[in-house]
Amino acid sequence: MTPDERLDATFAALADPTRRAILARLAVGEASVAELALPFDMSQPAISKHLKVLERAGLISTQQDAQRRPRKIEGARLAEAVGWLEEYRQVWERRYSALDDLLGQLQAKPPRSKRKRH
Amino acid sequence: MANKLEITLPSDREICITRSFDSPRRLVWDCHTKPELIRRWMLGPPGWEMPVCEIDLRVGGKYRYEWEDRSRGKTMGMGGVFTEVTAPARLAARERFDDDWTGGETQVSQIFTETAGITTLTLTILYASRQARDGAAATGMTDGMEHGYRRLDDVLATLA
Repeated sequence: MTPDERLDATFAALADPTRRAILARLAVGEASVAELALPFDMSQPAISKHLKVLERAGLISTQQDAQRRPRKIEGARLAEAVGWLEEYRQVWERRYSALDDLLGQLQAKPPRSKRKRH
Repeated sequence: MANKLEITLPSDREICITRSFDSPRRLVWDCHTKPELIRRWMLGPPGWEMPVCEIDLRVGGKYRYEWEDRSRGKTMGMGGVFTEVTAPARLAARERFDDDWTGGETQVSQIFTETAGITTLTLTILYASRQARDGAAATGMTDGMEHGYRRLDDVLATLA
């Protein structure tokens, strides 16, 4: 996948509340399908479907070594998505902080035309 | 302390930014529509100046921004056409960068609301495609990798 396609897959996978909740759960430690299904009012096959989407996006992986095949969060792909928004945020934060400064200056002193009249 | 900037993704092709300013709406509006004021804040990275800032503030009127980094001999330009001008509340336009890094025209809408002297600006950018949106800010992707897990909560909250 190209970086663009990877981002597309990541954001598509994140665009679902159940999948975000699964990720939040996996962020604190790996878990089996049965364990992940527990807090949701969903069957294991339904949860498996969500897990497949997350795995295809590279956001989680399946541990092969254990019988219960726990799922584990993959930090790198998520970090890519974070970096994507983070860059965007920084551009606008820089810009609007410059606007804050200007607004402060404009409010601190009266307009020049008024001062001239005195 | 600067006011918090919120970023959300309302649809596949949009990015929405919300930010409050400790100033009356009229002033925030002026800073977005008067060239002599725009030039004082819309500068981009350090070292960049804005030699061209022309605005014909009416529906169908055009605007043109050009930036220059003289020390490195780099320039960047963009232009657009206003589709809505309702002072001091709503400003919308279709715009495009000269080198078209956004992959086609974007539709930009800015809504200014004021409550008790605090102005909230909601900026929504609609890209030509989902790919264009995702590509628009992807340049710093590798730099952002080091943020890793500790930003997880922030991202999940942003996308919620």
